[in-house]
Amino acid sequence: MRNWLGDSVIAGVVAAGLMLAATHSAAQAPAYRAPRTADGKPNLNGIWQALNTADWDLQGHAAAKGPAPLLGAVFAVPPGLGVVEGDEIPYLPAAATKKKQNQANWTTLDPEVKCYLPGVPRATYLPYPFQIVQSPQNILISYEYAGAVRVINMGAPTKAPGDSWMGWSNGRWEGETLVVDVTSQLENTWFDRAGNFHSDALHVVERITPRSADTLNYEATIEDPKVFSRPWKISMPLYRRVEKNAKLLEYKCVEFAEEVLYGSLRKKSSN
Amino acid sequence: MGRRSLASFAALAVVVVALFAQVPAAGQTAGSAAKASPAAKAWTPPRTADGKPDLQGIWTDNTLTPFERPKSLGSKEFYTDQEIADLTKRIHDARPGERIEGAELGAANPQEIRYDLEIYGFDRNKLRFQSKRTSLIVGPEGVIPPMLPQARQRNADRVAKNKGHEFDGAENRPLSERCIMMGQEQIPMVPAANEGNLLQIVQGPGYVTLLHEIDHSTRVIPTDGRPHVPPNIRLWQGDSVGHWEGNTLVVDTTNFTNLTAFRGSSENLHLVERFTRAADDTLMYQFTVEDPTTWAKPWTAEVPWAKTKGPVYEYACHEGNTMIATILHGARVAEEDAAKKGK
Repeated sequence: MRNWLGDSVIAGVVAAGLMLAATHSAAQAPAYRAPRTADGKPNLNGIWQALNTADWDLQGHAAAKGPAPLLGAVFAVPPGLGVVEGDEIPYLPAAATKKKQNQANWTTLDPEVKCYLPGVPRATYLPYPFQIVQSPQNILISYEYAGAVRVINMGAPTKAPGDSWMGWSNGRWEGETLVVDVTSQLENTWFDRAGNFHSDALHVVERITPRSADTLNYEATIEDPKVFSRPWKISMPLYRRVEKNAKLLEYKCVEFAEEVLYGSLRKKSSN
Repeated sequence: MGRRSLASFAALAVVVVALFAQVPAAGQTAGSAAKASPAAKAWTPPRTADGKPDLQGIWTDNTLTPFERPKSLGSKEFYTDQEIADLTKRIHDARPGERIEGAELGAANPQEIRYDLEIYGFDRNKLRFQSKRTSLIVGPEGVIPPMLPQARQRNADRVAKNKGHEFDGAENRPLSERCIMMGQEQIPMVPAANEGNLLQIVQGPGYVTLLHEIDHSTRVIPTDGRPHVPPNIRLWQGDSVGHWEGNTLVVDTTNFTNLTAFRGSSENLHLVERFTRAADDTLMYQFTVEDPTTWAKPWTAEVPWAKTKGPVYEYACHEGNTMIATILHGARVAEEDAAKKGK
């Protein structure tokens, strides 16, 4: 009896230990180990792009008629399963109303239409590539859209000198994962063309983890107590642009937005 | 354990010796490129983890040195130490309204309206010459070569075409007003004496990125030997490819548009920039401009960059642009008023 009890207690402890070890390894050690940079960090260098419809709507959506009927099938809304965990964005009641208003008027309100800097996380899943350039002290991300850029500080965390469109990014490594803490974003950016929005209290924590030689996993936890009742999360794979000589080109979109912004002030033709 | 301690102590000792060995060299070159030139050859520039010359950091190209040499100096390419000291003192002591030949004061020039310039970093007393050059353009002439007649005609035609339409629509306004190309984000990069004209360099394997604070203009320059993009792709900032020559990053840029004129250049502009660390706190930026449809010969300028602390702020020009709408609105109101008077 004593032996039986002793054995089963030991067996139970061992089993619990194995389970803990299993859970632990699932959380801490992803199946894939990325190649290293010269200073021994996971190598995220490259040109990357999301391949989804998150910029149209973070949540799942069917295809729909586009805002410019003259463009027919070229600029209709493509369908997507969504990138929000649980597919629910937990708006506070007043914010939910504002989101609906945003969506109803998005072509005049969406900062992307005006070629404004996109903020984080939207910069990641706009339908344009971006490039990660990684050094031990800083990780610079150059986005093709609007020439947007941010420099992630990898040293001791620093405080933002002020609010900005792209926010202030402090990064650190957690094993295979680059964790970026983004604060001090202006309230002017949106999350997508469906009117999903935030306030100046936005706090984003991004987790970027290599999942194969040519894919990354991107997660962003979004917290904003003025707009949402709890933090929520998006996740998506990012794909490497593997074309030979792949290169970011200019997408200086100001000139494409000038008619929308200033067209009403154009001189009327005198004839 | 004992052995490991000893080994790391030995390693530490090597580091300490190496540090001491660097001190005299750094001491000689610190301060400004003016002092750096003779000692620069002995100084070993730092390397990145993957063994390339390390150009990284935040830099400023502010300097009092004018772009072109004042005529009175003839072919004098360098000042003496005494001349630099005297000229700097004259600038700092200048009375409001007094202009000083030989110095680029930019926004710190004496102005009729009294702004509190210091809050913008425009304090004249903080401005310095970053080298002993009398002009940023090098060589006995020290000025841009005369423009070819065909180029003068081309540029005059462009102005003439816009004449009378300057306020018709946004596309008639200057690129800088539209936040498409600010003066200082244009390449080659030419300093202004008193803008917070910061440049941040970040290097990754096979790439050097250059972030210009002005209008967050960013160039991601490949150094893997690839060719330029095809000639039918024209870009406001051109297409840049780089390679290393010893301690120098050499960047070749072509594929400009016919609207990004640098000092009157055309889409045939060919630019070669050279970036070399000259000291811990100095990076020498040199560029050669070539455009056979604009100038009869290439010309070269040299701008010392000084290390600075930053931070680099976000310069969201377009997002805050109320100027275009205000200017166009003003023009429409003026037209309405004129029409009313005409009736």
